[in-house]
Amino acid sequence: MMGFQIVVLWSDILIWLLLAAGIGFAVLIARNPPLLAAWRRVGASRVGMASATVLLAFILVGLLDSLHYRPALEGKPGQETRYAVEVLSVLDALATPLRTRNEKTYSEPFATRLYAKETVDVPGQGAVREYPRLKHGGKHLAEREDEVAADAGFTAFRAGVLAFLCWLAVAGLASGAVGRGEAPGTGWQRIWRGETAFAWNAVLVALALMLLVAVPLFWLSGQYHVFGTDKVGQDVLYQILKSVRTGLIIGLVTTLVMLPMAVLLGIVAGYFRGWADDAIQYLYTVLNSIPGVLLIAAAVLMMQVVIDTHPQWFSTAAERADLRLLALCFILGITSWTGLCRLLRGETLKLRELEYIQAAQAFGVSSWRIIVRHILPNLMHIVIIALVMDFSGLVLAEAVLSYVGIGVDPTMTSFGTMINNARMELGREPVVWWSLAAAFAAMFILVLAANLFADAVRDAFDPRA
Amino acid sequence: MLAYIVRRLLYALPILIGVNLITFALFFVVNTPDDMARMQLGVKRVTPEAIEKWKAERGYDKPLLFNGDAAGLAAVTDTVFFRKSARMFVGDFGRAEDGRDIAREIANRMGPSLAIALPTFVLGLFVTVSFALTLAFFRATAFDFWGVVLCVAMMSISGLFYIIGGQYLISKVWRLVPISGFGGGLEAWRFLVLPVLIGVVSGIGSSTRWYRTIFLEEVGKDYVRTARAKGLPETLVFFRHILRNALIPILTGVVVVIPLLFMGSLLTESFFGIPGLGSYTIDAINAQDFAVVRSMVFIGSLLYIVGLILTDISYTLVDPRIRFE
Amino acid sequence: MMLKVDNLRLGFMAGKKTLAAVDGISFSIAKGETFALLGESGCGKSVTAQGIMRLLPAAGRVLGGSVSMDGESLLTLPEADMRAWRGGRMAMIFQEPATSLNPVLTVGQQIGEVLERHLGMTGAAATGRMLELLRQVGIADPERRLDEYPFQFSGGMKQRVMIAIALAGEPELLIADEPTTALDVTVQAQILDLLARLQAERGMAILLITHDLGVVARMAHRIGVMYAGELVEVASREAFFGQPRHPYTQALFKALPDMSRRGQRLATIPGQVPSLAAMPAGCRFAERCPHVMPVCREQSPAWREVEAHAVRCHWQGDAADADAAGGGHDITDLSVSAGREFLQVDGLKVHFPIRKGLLQRTVGHVRAVDGLSLAILPGRTLALVGESGCGKTTVGKALLQLIPPTEGSVLLGGQQLVGLRGARLRAARRHMQMIFQDPFASLNPRLRVGEIIAEGMDALGVVGEARSRRAAVAALLSQVGLPEEAIDRYPHEFSGGQRQRIAVARALAVQPGLLICDEPTSALDVSVQAQILNLLKKLQSELGVAYLFITHNFAVVEYLAHDIAVMYLGRIVERGRAEEVLRAPRHPYTQALLSAVPLPRLEGAAAVIRLSGETPSPANPPSGCHFHPRCPHAMDVCRSRYPEAVDVTATQRVSCHLLST
Repeated sequence: MMGFQIVVLWSDILIWLLLAAGIGFAVLIARNPPLLAAWRRVGASRVGMASATVLLAFILVGLLDSLHYRPALEGKPGQETRYAVEVLSVLDALATPLRTRNEKTYSEPFATRLYAKETVDVPGQGAVREYPRLKHGGKHLAEREDEVAADAGFTAFRAGVLAFLCWLAVAGLASGAVGRGEAPGTGWQRIWRGETAFAWNAVLVALALMLLVAVPLFWLSGQYHVFGTDKVGQDVLYQILKSVRTGLIIGLVTTLVMLPMAVLLGIVAGYFRGWADDAIQYLYTVLNSIPGVLLIAAAVLMMQVVIDTHPQWFSTAAERADLRLLALCFILGITSWTGLCRLLRGETLKLRELEYIQAAQAFGVSSWRIIVRHILPNLMHIVIIALVMDFSGLVLAEAVLSYVGIGVDPTMTSFGTMINNARMELGREPVVWWSLAAAFAAMFILVLAANLFADAVRDAFDPRA
Repeated sequence: MLAYIVRRLLYALPILIGVNLITFALFFVVNTPDDMARMQLGVKRVTPEAIEKWKAERGYDKPLLFNGDAAGLAAVTDTVFFRKSARMFVGDFGRAEDGRDIAREIANRMGPSLAIALPTFVLGLFVTVSFALTLAFFRATAFDFWGVVLCVAMMSISGLFYIIGGQYLISKVWRLVPISGFGGGLEAWRFLVLPVLIGVVSGIGSSTRWYRTIFLEEVGKDYVRTARAKGLPETLVFFRHILRNALIPILTGVVVVIPLLFMGSLLTESFFGIPGLGSYTIDAINAQDFAVVRSMVFIGSLLYIVGLILTDISYTLVDPRIRFE
Repeated sequence: MMLKVDNLRLGFMAGKKTLAAVDGISFSIAKGETFALLGESGCGKSVTAQGIMRLLPAAGRVLGGSVSMDGESLLTLPEADMRAWRGGRMAMIFQEPATSLNPVLTVGQQIGEVLERHLGMTGAAATGRMLELLRQVGIADPERRLDEYPFQFSGGMKQRVMIAIALAGEPELLIADEPTTALDVTVQAQILDLLARLQAERGMAILLITHDLGVVARMAHRIGVMYAGELVEVASREAFFGQPRHPYTQALFKALPDMSRRGQRLATIPGQVPSLAAMPAGCRFAERCPHVMPVCREQSPAWREVEAHAVRCHWQGDAADADAAGGGHDITDLSVSAGREFLQVDGLKVHFPIRKGLLQRTVGHVRAVDGLSLAILPGRTLALVGESGCGKTTVGKALLQLIPPTEGSVLLGGQQLVGLRGARLRAARRHMQMIFQDPFASLNPRLRVGEIIAEGMDALGVVGEARSRRAAVAALLSQVGLPEEAIDRYPHEFSGGQRQRIAVARALAVQPGLLICDEPTSALDVSVQAQILNLLKKLQSELGVAYLFITHNFAVVEYLAHDIAVMYLGRIVERGRAEEVLRAPRHPYTQALLSAVPLPRLEGAAAVIRLSGETPSPANPPSGCHFHPRCPHAMDVCRSRYPEAVDVTATQRVSCHLLST
């Protein structure tokens, strides 16, 4: 058994805090019927719940990737244990085959040979230029290289059957829970007739699709590079999995960074008006007037200088990349709070004229107490809507920023860096398309799920709808 | 009306000063000129002398805000703040790392930027507003439903995909237009057509959805019921009554970006090799040319503020309630 | 009969279900006749109007029945043919003139498009016709106003424009959906006059939708009463006001507050209108009916003819019984205590600055309240009466110091409130609380009822311990007639009337000596209003609390007030004991206001003193007496000097030059 040393990155702390906050928030909701009713409406939305199922899968991957450690290096007994500079996560451990079975360079999905010709010494024929066999992809086939389709198809079929069985088990559990205390089978019927208050049918359909795709994919990934390999021969599927965490952190932490400031300043400006309002409006007009990309670029360049001039702050490359990621979140947060702040200010202006606020004022309730008791709870729906609506925009923004060169650290795997690295190869003949396609597809699924979920949340919370 | 515009202009001044101060703080206080010099020179060549020389060449060797050595007015003017930040107000942006005058470079590059951005903007507005109007007209039908689904799907696709996919398909596979580049004269359209098309398509999703929401909000209003009670056909109700009211929020959201069209688009220009301000900015970011980035921030803010003022003016043009007050 | 509605059924899609909002109503209207559809909110009267015009909202559906006009069946017409009827032979005006006109089109464009659509008129002919129409509806200077936008018109003028638009297509049937509900009484009188005149001139039929028995008495030839989507009684005006037959109609009449009912409890209708999703199979009124019989719950009653009435009721009994004896109750109030004033207000001014120009200098003031004096005695009710925009709501807020007064003094039991801050202001506020107009906006939807009521106790430190506080809240709830379980529920679970009770309980929680009631019943239906008025009366006799009752509703004033102050443009023009002001008003404005109130009686349509124009803007009040531009008795002196207040009797003070000369 190898020893290990737990490494806690700052972003790990934030992500687990976020999870804790999410659970705490859920408890709070359960105690507050009006909020609960709104979330029940989200739960009844079929599109919303299907997309939530997909999002949950992404979040699970992200969480697994947020438990970091440094494995112990093998040393002589009696010697002090030393740990590798490389920081790994639980996801890395689970995906060890994917992570370690690297090829030399590009190879197509399900390929058994490299993408580029190389000069190989063949005994008896001397130096020959040919496409060399891959070290890992399709190794088990040995000489039967032309049977890839049949072999992969059969494996996929077996995996599909397994996936279906898994799904049946989950669906059975769900229908058991729905039809508890009733005749067997009623739960099943009620789910598929759409008679449940919670959109179980959508969840189960989404789950079925996900299982049918994911299980064969992972089964096959043990024998093939299902999405191919990149320039340095790393498996693209592994990179996709690693990108998920980066995307989630950018999408969630950024909003949470800006949330306190936007909420506080928005409410203060709207409630107290006067000079506080003038000052806050001035502040956000100034920040708004600087083109977003340029402000981010300026701030990231400055941050780059700070990081480069203080190498002693970081003990591992992962820590440096992590800090840069968080700094990016902060910068994005600082540049993006103005919209929400303005929205909350406007809403507070409306709320403060409402009669129940005036009634509270007539009792002499202090201003801060009015804000906490009366204004904040009635703004929550806007905050929640903003939180889910911003997520997808931020995930998309990360790709663009990484392309411009002001995104995450180049050593950190993200959708942006993947696209950025892969696009250089579009000029090649034949085209290296798989890396790009996989990154775009994964991002599309994540963002689409987030957008659909955001729509469901907005419909449920917006009093106008 | 005139007093109103003058007041708006006066109000813009403190905002520009605020922008100026923020950029100054970011570029000179958070990181000193010494840090910049180290970064520009690279690790190998860093010696105290080299840093001093680098700073002196660019005028960064002066005190930041107050020059105690200089006499009289020069105590304020002979500083980094005055020379590098305050002088931007009179259009003096200094020189880039390659020694070229930034102001001249900006003037030269606005043309190509505009050549892409303006058609993209006009065409995009036309396409999205018409699409949104059609969706609102057929609201609550299958057409509307699938239209919205299409919009959500389109806005979930990364902007990079539109560019990369478009270049690959249209230029590389079909070979209809050149993959990138820019030329003057009559042949220019061959270079423009693809970036404009991609710009329009990538904007369809989110804009259409937003405009559709605005239209639907107007559809529910009382005056629409009045118009129907007059016996007007539905097309007239839409084009005469709803469109005109919905244009108020649409225009005011759109006018603010018109001046920013001069800035071009970062992505499009760098992918298509257009020598505009967008690619200029990207190159400066990659080369860590602080003087250029600073200038672009200033110009961007200036244009945004112009956009705000134009928005206010356009309000008075489309909304009689404001025009007469 | 021109319009025939036969067994019309209209509903709304709610998910997969269809809920019938109008369930089989039939009536007809003859040429030149006004048929009033009367009912409380949610009874389906507006849906009926929209159904006839085929203007139902998106979720609305025609479920059955027929509508025919001059023999043509409207519901089966193709939509394109229906458009020729809409705005042509049948036109409609709506409740909210402010939102019913397109804000970005000129008045001329909005009238012109009807002329073009239905009469094919364009160009000079159309302009001439538009000018004629504007003149007909009483808009002065039509040449100029044709090119103006709706926001440049006042509320009453907008409704006139709406009427002009409706008339443009030469309609034979005009559907008026609560045409005067959003307007002041003096303006309401103008619009009702206008409608009556136009009808007489053109021989139009009018379908009038309203909840106001006074408007019905003033306008209708025949009346249909709606309840829960059904017609329950149809009668001619004389028969209807002579002797209402259906128990629901009778209850409506009995619930009306009125001078004659002072000192009595108003009749209320217990319970609520059944929801669309749970309509009872039998008579829909059975649950709330005082004469309910077993058959009522089983079988929906059939139409029955009784002395010029058609009634849908199983009950064969006669008129309302005890009510007739109610008669002229004496208003003299013997409990006039000579005690000192609870609240004494002197020269109160609230001015809001108007900023303009380059530097946003103050160029003038909106004089919302401009030198107002009044006094409230302990345990008595002072009604502050005035039309919208006269500043009466601002007075209420300025008294509580929610808006800081610009000038003047507010003495509460001898203590000066103006300028008071912090803990001492809080202590003073204990003696004075407010009840607001909108029961839906006055309770925080995110708090439980118990928390809402306890808020004042917490803030003012009335009750400390948690358990005794819960008991105190429960006691308050029972005082306002709500069960104790309400503590743990949320406001949205209650109806409008119940919410207003919660608001009353919240105000009472700090045991104030004075309640400022800002139009507390104007958002409520008549039967619910009666419950709240009864409650307020009961609380006054039990707790001795004084009321400042801010309202525009004279019926409520007559029923409730001991003293009356009439407000016009920020100042009080007349004040005195209720019987003095109501029976012998001396100020021309009070006289006009009283005569403009439509009374729910046959003889109600007595001579109305018509006021021209509408209340001017408080930013720019007329010189001299503010009322002189509208006053029928204006003299030269009125234009130059504001009149001094004159004591007409020991208690009645009037500010008018007619009395001082």
